[in-house]
Amino acid sequence: MPAPPCNNRAGIPRENRPTCGKTRTGGLTIVDLWEGLRHAFWLVVTFNPELTEIALLSLRVTLTALVIACVIALPLAALLAVRRFRWRRATIAMLNALMGLPPVVVGLIVYIFLSRSGPFGALGLLFTPSAMIVAQVIIIVPLIASIAHQSLRELWAEYHDLLISMNVTQVQKMRTLIWDARRALLTAALAGFGRGIGEVGAIMIVGGNIDHATRVLTTAIALETGKGEFALALALGFILIALALGVNLTIHWIGQTERDSRW
Amino acid sequence: MKQWLIVGILALFSANLAHAADQMRMAVTTSFHNSGLAEVLLPEVVRDLDLEVQLLVVGTGQALRLGRAGDVDAILVHSRDAEEAFLAEGYGTHRREIMYNDFVLVGPSNDPAGIADAETATNALQDIAAAGAGFVSRGDDSGTHKKELALWQEAGLDADTFGPWYRAVGAGMGAALNTASGLDAYILSDRASWLNFGNKSGLELLFAGDPVLFNQYAYLPVNPARHIHVKSDLAARLEDWLTSVRAQALIDEYRIDDETLFVFNAK
Amino acid sequence: MVTELFPLVLEGAETSRRGKRLVGPTDLTLNGQGLCVVMGPNGAGKTTLLRLMHGTARLTGGSVRWACDTDLARHHQAFVFQRPVVLRRTVEDNLTYPLRLRGVARAQARDAARRWAKRVGLEPHMTRRAMVLSGGEQQKLAIARALITEPALVFLDEPTASLDGRATREIEAILLQAKADGTRLILSTHDMGQARRIADQVVFILGGKVHETGPADAFFDGPETPEALAFLNGDIVE
Repeated sequence: MPAPPCNNRAGIPRENRPTCGKTRTGGLTIVDLWEGLRHAFWLVVTFNPELTEIALLSLRVTLTALVIACVIALPLAALLAVRRFRWRRATIAMLNALMGLPPVVVGLIVYIFLSRSGPFGALGLLFTPSAMIVAQVIIIVPLIASIAHQSLRELWAEYHDLLISMNVTQVQKMRTLIWDARRALLTAALAGFGRGIGEVGAIMIVGGNIDHATRVLTTAIALETGKGEFALALALGFILIALALGVNLTIHWIGQTERDSRW
Repeated sequence: MKQWLIVGILALFSANLAHAADQMRMAVTTSFHNSGLAEVLLPEVVRDLDLEVQLLVVGTGQALRLGRAGDVDAILVHSRDAEEAFLAEGYGTHRREIMYNDFVLVGPSNDPAGIADAETATNALQDIAAAGAGFVSRGDDSGTHKKELALWQEAGLDADTFGPWYRAVGAGMGAALNTASGLDAYILSDRASWLNFGNKSGLELLFAGDPVLFNQYAYLPVNPARHIHVKSDLAARLEDWLTSVRAQALIDEYRIDDETLFVFNAK
Repeated sequence: MVTELFPLVLEGAETSRRGKRLVGPTDLTLNGQGLCVVMGPNGAGKTTLLRLMHGTARLTGGSVRWACDTDLARHHQAFVFQRPVVLRRTVEDNLTYPLRLRGVARAQARDAARRWAKRVGLEPHMTRRAMVLSGGEQQKLAIARALITEPALVFLDEPTASLDGRATREIEAILLQAKADGTRLILSTHDMGQARRIADQVVFILGGKVHETGPADAFFDGPETPEALAFLNGDIVE
């Protein structure tokens, strides 16, 4: 076989040896932070298409997961607040504990279920954004439910006597609580969003980080970091933070407009 | 107001990504991906075959697992023993050699173990062990890791008995190089990953060229008899393309910093 | 359709919690004449008796019977608490809430809310959040909210206990107006002056048992039981 370049330099005195490959002095420094910011700015201003693609996918996956998670978690939290049943304390404790579930573990479990060799393989969801959404829903439901439950329980303590006296049905109780506590619930939802948008372990496993298909900001950052491209990774990181900030601000703005109007 | 949000969300949700006509999934190793060759080959595959190949970039161990589970249609790895086992268990139909590159030994510029003067790769490793110089291992059951372990074995050394100078990180090539850079340690890397690595810091390529560092890549289609849904026809088309004259030209001409990386050797 | 709730008959009714008997066993018959005041010293069990009648305290012995079906009776009652419970919404939304629960259309509910807000003097505060109102205003809101569904009977548990003289008088006026409109009221208080002012009937409770009931004038002029007499003289405080 023809010899690859940069042969073994046995016999060549050290000083005369050609260096193979680039060298760079210094590890990660403040300069890289600045590089990262500049790079981020440049990517955004030029509407870099790859950046747009992965940023939009990030938003799509996490926002979809958020909506689905809220539909599950909020009524669940309300139910736990108003209904007395034997396993209530255990369920609440379980929800609190699940908040600490490592996302990677969730990813593995979802992978096992969605794999072709698994029970739901025939659905063909693995390595698609849908699988990522499923994983994120599982991760953020306990978080949203726990936080929401806390607020709803406090409100229920206030409303309890009145609503019982009014003979309100279970569903009406839940709806009243959810509506009146909506601002606190929004905070719970935003906490879920934060958890989701920054998540990388689970969606790496179930999504596969496939270019143009399931690559999002966080998995791209992991990829670039692994390649040693720190400036680019930082750039993507800054953009991710900005995106999360934007979503938070938007949602708070929408919340504010409710304050003085009649709903 | 709420309606807005819902419409917006639905719009995001239904936004569709453009697809080529056919689609298949292939698991490849991080070493292969880091070389950047995929970025050259894949668009050509789209152009020539109208086939979109979705790459899952994982370690060799995980690639084989995905193949066993039938979650991918083919795998491209560089670990002969593991490949033979994969075939023996009936998960793949056959093995087709495509190209090879080489591994290199990278280490701190001041070369405390003096491996630059070593005659063979095993000598170099023996030097490192003797000096107790820091060494970072992939530790992740990847092709590179398996190669490294095989080399230690040939050098007559048992990796399990090494002291704290030997660190198994359990990570991909880029991450492992990062660690080696941070620790000023030696590391076995594939040449492509090394050339593409963006954070070389105080590291330098110190030893290369021993034929035992030869790194053969092979293409293994997943066995449709095991998993009916596998797209074996697409996998076959890709295989034909990868072993074609066209691919040969692209592979042999691929360079980083004016150095060729891979040598096409499909028959 | 007028649902006749009365007479309300309690026979040997009692309620306990964690083994401790809060009220009863006690007997009581109310025929709902006008405004009935439940009186007694602190801790006598006034609140619990009201809850027992309303159905929000669990009956652990004896019976509580209305002239009609119990569920139907509950549908036509309302309860006002000692410390006003308001929903975290606007005054208007608080008022429309019980109507909306019953399926009343939004426009009609808003009209009713406006009328009642006017009646209790809360009209200028319609769009304000209920939580920022004063104690007296919140209680007026609670009462209006109780009356807006036009219940046959309203229970009020020491409604003016935490309010000043002026708010107390305003609320008493509202209650007397409601009585004039035909709503029956059962109200508990430890304020003797209030009882004298507004009671038509009196129920005297002490130590969890009803000792005496009867028309207000008769009670205040000459109670039958020595305990009631002692209470009126201010000799029993606890």
